[in-house]
Amino acid sequence: MAQVQLQGIVKAYGALQVVHAIDLDIADGEFVVLVGPSGCGKSTTLRMIAGLEDISGGMLRIGDRVVNDLPPRDRNISMVFQNYALYPHMTVRENLGFSLKIAKRAEAEIAKAVTEAAEILSLTPLLERKPGQLSGGQRQRVAMGRAIVRHPDVFLFDEPLSNLDAKLRTQMRVEIKKLHQRLGTTIVYVTHDQVEAMTLADRIVIMRDGRIEQIGTPLEVFETPVNTFVATFIGSPPMNLLEGRITDGTVELADGTRLPIPPGHGAAEGRAVTFGVRADNIMPVGHALPPTAHMADVEMEVQLSEPLGTETLLFAMLAGTEVQAKMLNPRPVRLGERLRFQISLDKCHLFDAETGAALRV
Amino acid sequence: MSRLKLPPWLVLLLPAIIILMAVVLVPLVLSFYSSFTAYQLTRPDSLTKWIGTFNYRKAAGDANFWWAFGRTVLLLTIALNLEMLLGLGLAVMVSKVTTGQRLLRTAMMFPMMFSPVLVGFQFKFIFNDNVGLVNNALQSLGLTDVAIPWLVDGHLAMFSIIFAEIWTSTSVFAILILAGLYAIPQDPVEAAKVDGCTPWQSFRFVTLPFLMPFIYIAMAIRSLDVARAYDIVQIMTNGGPARRTELLWTLIGRTAYVDARMGYANAMGYIAILLSIFFTIYFFRKLTAARSELGMGV
Ligand SMILES: Nc1ncnc2c1ncn2[C@@H]1O[C@H](COP(=O)(O)OP(=O)(O)OP(=O)(O)O)[C@@H](O)[C@H]1O
Ligand SMILES: [Mg+2]
Repeated sequence: MAQVQLQGIVKAYGALQVVHAIDLDIADGEFVVLVGPSGCGKSTTLRMIAGLEDISGGMLRIGDRVVNDLPPRDRNISMVFQNYALYPHMTVRENLGFSLKIAKRAEAEIAKAVTEAAEILSLTPLLERKPGQLSGGQRQRVAMGRAIVRHPDVFLFDEPLSNLDAKLRTQMRVEIKKLHQRLGTTIVYVTHDQVEAMTLADRIVIMRDGRIEQIGTPLEVFETPVNTFVATFIGSPPMNLLEGRITDGTVELADGTRLPIPPGHGAAEGRAVTFGVRADNIMPVGHALPPTAHMADVEMEVQLSEPLGTETLLFAMLAGTEVQAKMLNPRPVRLGERLRFQISLDKCHLFDAETGAALRV
Repeated sequence: MSRLKLPPWLVLLLPAIIILMAVVLVPLVLSFYSSFTAYQLTRPDSLTKWIGTFNYRKAAGDANFWWAFGRTVLLLTIALNLEMLLGLGLAVMVSKVTTGQRLLRTAMMFPMMFSPVLVGFQFKFIFNDNVGLVNNALQSLGLTDVAIPWLVDGHLAMFSIIFAEIWTSTSVFAILILAGLYAIPQDPVEAAKVDGCTPWQSFRFVTLPFLMPFIYIAMAIRSLDVARAYDIVQIMTNGGPARRTELLWTLIGRTAYVDARMGYANAMGYIAILLSIFFTIYFFRKLTAARSELGMGV
């Protein structure tokens, strides 16, 4: 077990820099998830930690060693790859035991470790099969088993669930969470699925274009996003963003609608701002949560409704922008029907319109 | 006039059938038939002189034939294994080169572009005991002051032939193995690195199993090649000295066209073909096994 420390880590392919001096401290036993859109450098960062990719700049520590120049085999890490990367010519048993065999452990010890890992991951009946004879989910479990038999200092996961169907993904997510609770090993986990990130992580690292946008617990990044990118990336459906300008101490939208400045936020008169509100915090009157300390209301015309069972998602227009709102205890809504919506201001956000940065005070 | 009415499928296949008959079936039947006769090229009427399995029994008891047979198997074993190792090394090195790889790949193919006859002449010169490059070089370097009889001594002559054979054909292995190296999925190789393998171990346990099918394909191709080896040997030593480099097909060629005993030569040829068939089956078995090992189906 070990902590992992990235200090000003840079990755460049020739003149093209794809990871820009990122800093990240991962505590011993912590479950850290890297999320971000495709191409933002998550895999590259993870592969630099693994030693599969040269580090162009900065310092990487695992435990108390600087490992920049150590080959993967000397870093005591395990990695689970997106396409499993099993050895096709070896049986499940051989796949699981391979790293121990390479480390020249005793036969009996290898057999015991393999049996144990197979037990944890319910692979026992499959031990004599080759990877070609397994389903996707089973291969995934073998890949995880291969990672855990070694008791590494750090587990690295690169989108391990993205090739599985939705049901299996949920199931495996739970397995991974249990595995972490059981082993307590440090995990760095890459995904672009924000649900996976929210459910698994102790801390989430949100990346964009090779930079870290925000690091925080799932709740922190959900409740206090530092900018519009994080606000729209985390949470489903994404946060509604309304362009406006500070007029007389309120946010005036393009059509003249005025909304109060959310508590805890502030901006100078005349400044161009973005008002952010999640669908959970804008609900039709009579179909909403009990009001919070600061409320506001607006009238909107419903364009479309998506019934989800216990609630309905309403798409409405406000000041030329489409807004998604939730309706609790739903009743059928006619298209074009005008409804009054109440907004829980305490849960709303104000961002700078130009930089996207949150305007908290 | 009533036209001959053939079914359309037969009409359509007829050109192919006629060509196959002319180029494959007729020579095959004729040569097989002649192996049971005392056919001599110089006496065409001997083609009708049926002598049963005499030629085959004669070959079975002919020490020269079995020496040539054994020597061919020896050449095949040594040349194929060395070519495989050298080709593997060459391919791995070329695959690691980052700049100029294309050029190297082309250069690697050069030996294959020369006619084996010319290669034979070139090595006959290189290994010549008086004016040859090898002896000249050795003597200039002061490593020896005698003229080493490369092509005259029985063992050295076999060595020289194997050398020439390897020089021309290592690239067959190198090219096929290089193709294999390009086709290897990167994931398992990376997984091996993370699993603690040294570069040698990941090569041995992950890369090599992936290369085996390619190696067996090269082996199958080259075993057919070497089993019918003729030209290089014919030029360099003509089977000599004192038959010490006689291979199956130099012996058969000599029997057929110098001694003109075509019937006997054909009988030896049919026995020799068994060798090729054996190696082909053997390497294809290995290939299938290596492929199913990798879960690539059969
Ligand atoms: N060998 C390379 N040469 C040049 N650029 C590269 C190379 N490998 C990756 N990149 C670039 O680096 C950036 C980060 O790639 P990376 O694979 O880390 O993205 P990612 O966040 O894992 O995306 P995804 O979610 O699609 O897997 C991308 O813009 C990619 O184009
Ligand atoms: Mg990736």
